[in-house]
Amino acid sequence: MNWDIILSTTVKAAVGVETVWYALAAIGINIHFGYTGLLNFGQSAFLAVAGYGLAVTVTTLGLPFWIGIGVGLAAAVLLAILLGIPTLRLRADYLAIVTIAAAEIVRLIFRSVEFKDVFGGSDGRRGFSQGFYDINPYPQGTYGFWPLSFNEREMWVLSVAWALIAISCLIVYLLMKSPWGRVIKAIREDEDAVRSLGKNVFSYKMQSLILGGVLGCLGGFIYGLATGSVQPDIFGTETTFFAYTIVILGGAARVFGPVVGASIFWVLLVLVNGLLTGAVQSGLLPFMDITQVGPFRFLLVGLGLILLLVYRPQGIFGDKRELAINAR
Amino acid sequence: MRRAVIAFTAFLGGLILLLAAPAHAAEPEQSLRGTLNFQGQPVNGVKIVVTTESGQPVQEVTSDAKGTWEVPIDQPGSYKVTLDTATLPQNMAIRGGNNQRAPTVYEGNPTTVLFALTAKGEDGAAAPDEGGGSSAFWQRAAQLTFEGFNLGLIIALAALGLSLIYGTTGLTNFAHGELVTLGALLAYLVNVPFGLHIIPAAVIAVILAGGLGYAQDRFFWGGLRKRGTGIIAAMIVSIGVALFMRYLFLILFGGETQSYAQYNAQAGIEIGPISATPKNLISMGIELTVLIIVGIALLRTRTGKAARAVADNPALASSSGINVDRIIRIIWTGGGAIAALAGIMLGLSQNLKYTMGQELLLLIFAGVTLGGLGTAFGALVGSIIVGLFIQISTLWVPPELKNVGALAVLILVLLFRPQGILGRRERIG
Repeated sequence: MNWDIILSTTVKAAVGVETVWYALAAIGINIHFGYTGLLNFGQSAFLAVAGYGLAVTVTTLGLPFWIGIGVGLAAAVLLAILLGIPTLRLRADYLAIVTIAAAEIVRLIFRSVEFKDVFGGSDGRRGFSQGFYDINPYPQGTYGFWPLSFNEREMWVLSVAWALIAISCLIVYLLMKSPWGRVIKAIREDEDAVRSLGKNVFSYKMQSLILGGVLGCLGGFIYGLATGSVQPDIFGTETTFFAYTIVILGGAARVFGPVVGASIFWVLLVLVNGLLTGAVQSGLLPFMDITQVGPFRFLLVGLGLILLLVYRPQGIFGDKRELAINAR
Repeated sequence: MRRAVIAFTAFLGGLILLLAAPAHAAEPEQSLRGTLNFQGQPVNGVKIVVTTESGQPVQEVTSDAKGTWEVPIDQPGSYKVTLDTATLPQNMAIRGGNNQRAPTVYEGNPTTVLFALTAKGEDGAAAPDEGGGSSAFWQRAAQLTFEGFNLGLIIALAALGLSLIYGTTGLTNFAHGELVTLGALLAYLVNVPFGLHIIPAAVIAVILAGGLGYAQDRFFWGGLRKRGTGIIAAMIVSIGVALFMRYLFLILFGGETQSYAQYNAQAGIEIGPISATPKNLISMGIELTVLIIVGIALLRTRTGKAARAVADNPALASSSGINVDRIIRIIWTGGGAIAALAGIMLGLSQNLKYTMGQELLLLIFAGVTLGGLGTAFGALVGSIIVGLFIQISTLWVPPELKNVGALAVLILVLLFRPQGILGRRERIG
């Protein structure tokens, strides 16, 4: 077993690309689910429209990078409004079904042969990140120290991503301390009570959906820029479910919950992957082969999600009194 | 000692030669091959004729149950591959209409020949022999209606359990799709590795799945209910269960598509404008019978009435002396069993894959919501409408986007008639 590689990949996972884009998606979900109590199961669609908004603007239309970012953000806002109008009046379980359906519609359209000229079918789009790396301030080279060493491209993506995470967390912190945040949390606790105080619940929910969608969609940008490509199946329902696991793991309705959750989630996944792959290769697990390691970690995610909700629904840092999920 | 080493080395060398030689001989030097797929489903029984460039016949093959065909080629060079369009199923055509390919075969390599199949009538060139446009349209509409019923009945089977579980426990079970997959894979397990015919295998799988449904409620969901887990928490738990089961299937079953040992290659028979395989007709018969039996059981038997009472109002049912826990357990058992049956039927009409149930889940939700969440008969009506809608919409919509229409309908229903067709008006917002 190669402990060097296992250790370095695990440490890298704590701050790596997967962690940051999942953390951004999870921050969005935390606003929806943790603070407002909206069970939005369509978060992956926000990431998808942002990633594709950028990719299509740059590759298909040939417009500059910054316009692509603008288009992606506008697409996320538009999606939030389109998604919110029919669904925000619905009860939690209906909302979950409708948002998951909407996310599937978005994914199926992106991967369809019919729109292959625009969205690139199941291969997705690539070759749109040049504008981003052109403004890379890091000169070529390797940064950091073992086990945390990155090349200049990774360094640039991660710096931007962590800056975005910091700004998002600050926004969430300030907003949730403000009167607006108190209304949002009150909606989670008792919608009718808020309505009886003369607040427009629908409008507040819509604002929350847009805010969470826009913060979450930054994850779509980061994924697209870091890998230099977008594919429709990256933005499937499982992405949403993993982000939910992250929020619940870190602690819902906590500013840093999603960030810490994402770090722990990916550290555990990468660690388990490294350990199992090593164990299989050195013949310690004769009943498993190497292709089963990948699925096995996601099986553990499912198991972890069940155990978390049953035994510790507030996650690591959460507060039991501040839970949208009425778990006991 | 040295002699022994030489002898041993020679023995090893001989062994390697022996082992390598037949393996080498079995592989054709080079070949032409391809896979015929229509909307993700393999197409079998299609005749492919391979000739040399000058028209000398090489070989004729037909595609097998997995839609694949292969012709070994002795000499590298240019060949002509012709697909016999008369052997294509009625509703399909070759995209672009050209049924001939002229591939070049290189030494030692298999060459893949591509025939993309589309629904007939989708591009004009594909259906030149199809008389008047309107009669072809109606024939296709009839065929799609039939296929829609087929799909709708499968969705209905799965939806029944989901709807009853929702009605009695309030749980929106995101793992229900995995119960469908479970049934299909259990039947595969009994059918292929154990070599039992698919019919007894299906019976065993349904019984096993019913037992697992019972166990799931007895040891898991029942416990959560006792702890007082709320419905939203339970919903997220069900997502965990879905992920757990899905990846368990992937580990045990693998990521490939498989099919049952029997009934995967059947010629269609013509009934009026419709072409159907006997297995389709029989499975539709079974599905209808099961649905009718469950319907009668719900309407006439004591347990069925109790189940509907619990679905209507658990507290009231409990106070009128109904053992709610027992009813819920029966529903989990029955729901698991008929979801398994749905999976087996789906596996027979399509293929087996570890994601098959997951892909059906949103359609099940669409059917259940359309009919009215929590109502047993609403789920039936809604599911059949969803099945019909999906298939018939391919008259106008590209097949890969057919599910988009169904999901859009799901959203529209919630906008305009959120209680569904047969649902009671209640607060859902």
